[in-house]
Amino acid sequence: MNLLTATKRPRTAEPGKAPRRPPLIRRVLRRPAGAVSLCWLALLTAATLAALLITRYGPLDQDLGHVLAGPTSDHLLGTDNLGRDLLSRVLFGGRSTLLAVGEALVVFLLIGVTAGLASGFLGGWVDWLTVRTADLLFALPGIVIVLVVLSVFPGNLHAAMITFGALGSPGIIRILRSQTLGIREELYVAAAKVAGLTRAQILRRHILPRLISTVIVQAALFAAIVVTVQAGLGFLGLGAQPPNPSWGGLVADASQAIDRAPWMLVPTGVPLVLTVTALALLGDAVRDAAVEGWSVSKLAAAGAAPPAAAASPTEQADAPDAFALEVSDAVAAPPADVPDDTALLSVRNLSIAIGGIPVVQGVSFDISAGETVGMVGESGCGKSVTSLGILGLVPGGGQITGGQVLFDGTDLVGSADALAGVRGTGIAYVSQEPMVALDPAFAVGRQLAEAVRRHRRCDRRTARARVTELLSMVNIPDPEGVARRYPHQLSGGMAQRVAIALALAGEPKLLIADEPTTALDVTVQAEILALLHTLQAETGMAVLLVTHDWGVVADLCHRSVVMYAGQVVEQADVEQMFTRPLHPYTAGLLAANPHLAAEGEPLPTIAGTVPAPRDWPLGCRFAARCDLADESCTTRPVPLTEPAPDRLTRCVHSPRLLLEGTRP
Amino acid sequence: MAIFRLAVRRLLSSAPLLFLVSALTFVLVSLVPGDPARTIVGQHVTVEQYEAVRVQLGLDDPLPVQYWDWLVGVLHGDLGASLFSGEAVTKTLNDRLPVSLSLIVAGTVVSGILGVALGLLSARRGGLLTRAVDLLSLLGLAVPAFWFALVLIAVGAVKLRWFPVTGYVPFADDPAEWARSLVLPVISLSLSAVAVIAKQTRDCVLDTFGRDFIRVMQANGFSRRSILYRHVLRNAAVPVVTVLGVVLVSLLAAAVFVETVFAMPGLGSLTQQATVQHDIPVIQGAVLYITVLVVLVNLLVDMAYNRLDPRVRAA
Repeated sequence: MNLLTATKRPRTAEPGKAPRRPPLIRRVLRRPAGAVSLCWLALLTAATLAALLITRYGPLDQDLGHVLAGPTSDHLLGTDNLGRDLLSRVLFGGRSTLLAVGEALVVFLLIGVTAGLASGFLGGWVDWLTVRTADLLFALPGIVIVLVVLSVFPGNLHAAMITFGALGSPGIIRILRSQTLGIREELYVAAAKVAGLTRAQILRRHILPRLISTVIVQAALFAAIVVTVQAGLGFLGLGAQPPNPSWGGLVADASQAIDRAPWMLVPTGVPLVLTVTALALLGDAVRDAAVEGWSVSKLAAAGAAPPAAAASPTEQADAPDAFALEVSDAVAAPPADVPDDTALLSVRNLSIAIGGIPVVQGVSFDISAGETVGMVGESGCGKSVTSLGILGLVPGGGQITGGQVLFDGTDLVGSADALAGVRGTGIAYVSQEPMVALDPAFAVGRQLAEAVRRHRRCDRRTARARVTELLSMVNIPDPEGVARRYPHQLSGGMAQRVAIALALAGEPKLLIADEPTTALDVTVQAEILALLHTLQAETGMAVLLVTHDWGVVADLCHRSVVMYAGQVVEQADVEQMFTRPLHPYTAGLLAANPHLAAEGEPLPTIAGTVPAPRDWPLGCRFAARCDLADESCTTRPVPLTEPAPDRLTRCVHSPRLLLEGTRP
Repeated sequence: MAIFRLAVRRLLSSAPLLFLVSALTFVLVSLVPGDPARTIVGQHVTVEQYEAVRVQLGLDDPLPVQYWDWLVGVLHGDLGASLFSGEAVTKTLNDRLPVSLSLIVAGTVVSGILGVALGLLSARRGGLLTRAVDLLSLLGLAVPAFWFALVLIAVGAVKLRWFPVTGYVPFADDPAEWARSLVLPVISLSLSAVAVIAKQTRDCVLDTFGRDFIRVMQANGFSRRSILYRHVLRNAAVPVVTVLGVVLVSLLAAAVFVETVFAMPGLGSLTQQATVQHDIPVIQGAVLYITVLVVLVNLLVDMAYNRLDPRVRAA
């Protein structure tokens, strides 16, 4: 989650229409930081070159009548201890700065670009040697070597700057090398090679153009460092020899008069600071401009406002009602708005928005104590968001915008206290990817012990015994040994068992398992499912099982909730749903189930894809992919109806489906 | 035991760096126009006297032999004598090392604590603090340490008179004055370090917060405090330590300026003086000391990795 870069991304123009990208320089100038920086640098260059047009004093002209003066109309920036005009000295001193930057940059780029490209493109011993040398040089404090050079060539700033350029090159070498490596591996470069382009042609046509912006960014940042270092050398008395001005030397002059004329620090230091700032900002602006229009995430491309960086990551439970109004239109309230207080979990009209875009709308369902409910649907239908929303943990900076989540009679929506009381002990959670579900920095035993001690106050030894017990419950062979291992030392199936043990630590009444087997091997999948089944029988907890797999639903679940495009489209007992689905989407999913497919025939699929939240139509969201769709489907929102007892469906044709079935 | 083996291995692998730096220095020095013998004897001596000094200094030997002699001397703790004071270079450097170490260790501690705290706060609170950290990291790059040090002197020492303008009081003389004399140097040294560490910490903490295991912990009722201070911080620590290593090396370089501004008798100001005075043996010695410090810093960083990341430990 990189909120910071996300906020910087520009909103793209019309999706689908790919506007021609203006040249890089125009894109940089369009950014305020880029424009201001370039302006300052251009002005500075012009002013130093035309210094005598700006000030009538030479840098060495003394005016002993006005020493250490503050700014006056005569001396705009004041004078130094010999009455020399500071504006003039700053401008003339700037010349040596610009020269130094030029020298260092030329060397930096010559070495950096050549070595970086050669290393990445040629590979082999060239690469080996370059990388080793770069690593060695990278570890050195460059300024110290520059001092050695200056002790050998006293006052020779050219030698110093050339050395510094060389010492700075490892940074850009590393970056260009890895980028070149990346581009070289890309398909179109491989294709170019096959097409018979020479290495030089590939380099010039395919690789160099892609690296230009990186080179500019690195050059700008390095120039910023050079300005500081050059000034530093001048300050140490190793640059331009007095009385000739240099920015660093001017600061040194100011330091001599610090008790009498502290003002002198301002005109001597501020141009320096501003120039370095301008170069750094220019680097940032070029970097941002270079990625403009590229690598825009799906969500951003869909026009979503990026999530506010300010949203604190753990506090997504608070749901301001700012979005509530937007959501309620176009969604007809489903029947049975009143939560069922006999159920363990009763979700009513739950709506969730991410980045201001509703992704889950008006979802309602119940889970009774000890019951297993399967939640089914394709990717992107809102299953995971719903299951995390129950726990008040909407991903991606999203928020619950309406509805109720009653657990044991308490509404969890927007109540941090209620959630804190429920998480772990009332409702526990097992995620999809076991390998990233555990903290890699701690042994699994410590994580489990922390969970145990969080839920029941006990001493360390009791906790450790309970950890062993939990690990045995999830059928881990050597529990003590496994407790000492780190997550990266576990197999996927083992890690998922540990994750389940972690969820069991608080003896929850409801376990939410979000596709707990998707990331695992087929044989391990069966073991984990069998384990869940056993655990449920032993503990009597209820399970909400999010899954793609009808086989799992058939084996484990009592009831099933089918979701499509952020809505519940059908809900029924598993047996009834399998024999007579009352929504064409359910029917399509069932037909696409590989377990039921007839041998020798192609597996039927549902044509098309789930629409993105922004593209949800007013009427039935499945209509575009549905064989039964007609005008009545698309004109207005389709409500959830109950065509038969305990059967809910969101299809205008459900009476017909009830009578005739889905197959013609 | 494993950590000891790691330390030895890392030290051995840093031998090339030490060799490179010392050889580079040596070759550079051999390029000096005019030679140390002339510097010592002056213009008004006979050719014989001059040649005698050259032989005495070993300047008539071929370069590799000179380097070998120097290296053997180094291994015996002999870095030659200063061309100016005549004092043994080893002694000069050893006298000055504690000053630089005080400054750099204090700078590291201050910037480490402040940087991590600021980064954490800005990751947790966001908003204004985030922008403040961005601004700070820009300033850290743009404001040179020596100028910032002078501004601090103008305000904190000259105007407010809270701290001494320059100078260094050894800890053994007066601990309170030692601390007081370090305040302004440490602040000027730490500005850019705090900025770099704060930004890195913030980015790493936000990144860690987005990872799956944090959500799993939240969902299973781990306390907020434990998630933030135990799990997020621990996982964010690895990249932060990397940056800390880089920052430490940059502090060594910045110390040259800060020690000069505050007239502190440390390695950095010594290097500056020796450079101005052309005192080659001192330069060579100082570069060697500073390189050894860099090697030690990198060693510490590696040990910290080893402590923090179980995957590194296993490898």
